[in-house]
Amino acid sequence: MARAQAPLTRDPAPVRWGLRVVAVVYVVLLVAWPTYLVFENALKPGLGAMLDGLRDPDVAHAIDLTVTITVYAVLINLAFGLTVSLLLVRYDFPGKRLLSALLDVPLSVSPVVVGLALVLVYNGQDGWFGPTLERLGYQVIFSTPGIVMATVFVALPLVIREIVPVLEEIGDEQEQAARSLGANGVQTFWRVTLPGIKWAVVYGVVLALARSIGEFGAVKIVSGNVVGQSQTATLVVEETYQNFQQQTSYAVSALLALVAMVSLVVVAVLRPKEHKS
Amino acid sequence: MSIHVDGVSKRFGDFVALDDVSVDLPTGQLTALLGPSGGGKSTLLRIIAGLETADTGTVTIEGREATHLPPQKRNVGFVFQHYAAFKHMSVAKNVAFGLEIRHRPKTEVKKRVAELLELVHLDQFAHRLPSQLSGGQRQRMALARALAVEPSVLLLDEPFGALDAKVRKELREWLRRLHDEVHVTSVFVTHDQEEALEVADEIVVINEGRVEQVGTPDQLYDAPATDFVMGFLGPVTRLGGAQVRPHDIEVSTDPGQPGAVPGRVVRLLRVGFEVRLWVETAPSEEPVSVTVTRAHQRQLALGEGSAVWLSPTSDATRVDAVV
Repeated sequence: MARAQAPLTRDPAPVRWGLRVVAVVYVVLLVAWPTYLVFENALKPGLGAMLDGLRDPDVAHAIDLTVTITVYAVLINLAFGLTVSLLLVRYDFPGKRLLSALLDVPLSVSPVVVGLALVLVYNGQDGWFGPTLERLGYQVIFSTPGIVMATVFVALPLVIREIVPVLEEIGDEQEQAARSLGANGVQTFWRVTLPGIKWAVVYGVVLALARSIGEFGAVKIVSGNVVGQSQTATLVVEETYQNFQQQTSYAVSALLALVAMVSLVVVAVLRPKEHKS
Repeated sequence: MSIHVDGVSKRFGDFVALDDVSVDLPTGQLTALLGPSGGGKSTLLRIIAGLETADTGTVTIEGREATHLPPQKRNVGFVFQHYAAFKHMSVAKNVAFGLEIRHRPKTEVKKRVAELLELVHLDQFAHRLPSQLSGGQRQRMALARALAVEPSVLLLDEPFGALDAKVRKELREWLRRLHDEVHVTSVFVTHDQEEALEVADEIVVINEGRVEQVGTPDQLYDAPATDFVMGFLGPVTRLGGAQVRPHDIEVSTDPGQPGAVPGRVVRLLRVGFEVRLWVETAPSEEPVSVTVTRAHQRQLALGEGSAVWLSPTSDATRVDAVV
């Protein structure tokens, strides 16, 4: 028992080094080395050739589509996430715990199932809601709205789970003070609440962004994977890889990995500075 | 009357926080809402501020019916126990908040903020963040912030509750002096009777959701209306069926006075310049607590086991116990 309570630094050197080696080896074998290989393979023919691969019309369209989908999905999740977080932390209502539990469903349910569920509801032939929408002129499944919905769904909890603990921690006294000083609800939100949770929002957005760019399973089912139309970047990776166009596959993979890594690094670099000042 | 509260009740579930409370808080004075924790005094303050709504009853501020106004339309300043500083803003920005919300011209805001920071002795900390200030400094900043909008009433909820004893004492003396300078109608909540007696012009004693008594510190201390007020404002003991303050009991070593109660000193404790005695008057009753000066104790040669006769002094504050 006494052993377990001692601070980690008191552990004998072999234990400390042993733990470090395990951690480093684990991360290298599982994350760093495979990711590095993607970049190495993508760049093997040279940077110019890699960029040429990305300029292929079908690939470029897929990347465009991914950007569009990601922008919509992140904006929707940001607006929805802020609203739901405020609702969960600042208000009491019946069914609050149920709502909170439901918000975690996207984390536990496989994206493929999500895709299938959306198809069942919104498909134009025998969907529960799809034919009505299609008669009104909106095609959801096999089209951009469906892909956005699938992406929003899988990235749904990320913004909320970042904001909720911070909102709870800062409490509502600052907001009450703002109200007593003459600020209305909107002014209080922009001047007091939002600056207080700024970094949680940024972090949530980055996580949602990375998740949205990388979503595959749900999107594959919902989009129909039509080349040059509803095919996203992750779907290009799979298809080109299976069609023996590995070079294109590596190039797109490297791009996807790079965007996610850069956004995480930028936030990690910015965030501690804010705390020190 | 600056604030007029009429028939206000408030329940939280089954708990009755305020039960038909009516009270008038006079203009320009510093009033204390005094009472034990959970007695409803903070709830009353928050209802006046509009941070809480009353179930029944009305609140009038400066002649204006305010019962259903949102807090931002009441023109009250509110100071919180835990400061509620805007953590991401500098001290100057915190103080300027209310003025910027009201879109006052920049030069005016700057001038007013400088004045207020000087008033609360924080002028050299204008560009710091609240996290770089001590608790006392943060509370002074919160006060300047509340005063900036020139509120018709300043409400303070246990303003010194989170500070350590020494700073608390300094700050309450400072608040008294500040109030004498600024003269804004102020109401502060406290559970510390010494704080209320020292700082307030008028005290409203609140217990279990009801107003027990309203009066100046002298009135309350010298003529408590109820057992509770007497007990809450200072130490009490029971002598011959009445509540008396331990320092209002005369001790003699012979049965001189008619009606004096005989007893025997069972315990004696010296605390600085005063000596506390516990006198047993009847075996079945709680010993009577008596406070005498050190000189008096020496003069009478009082010790454990001494036989004494107790009687209330002629000007003693007493409340006949309701049995």
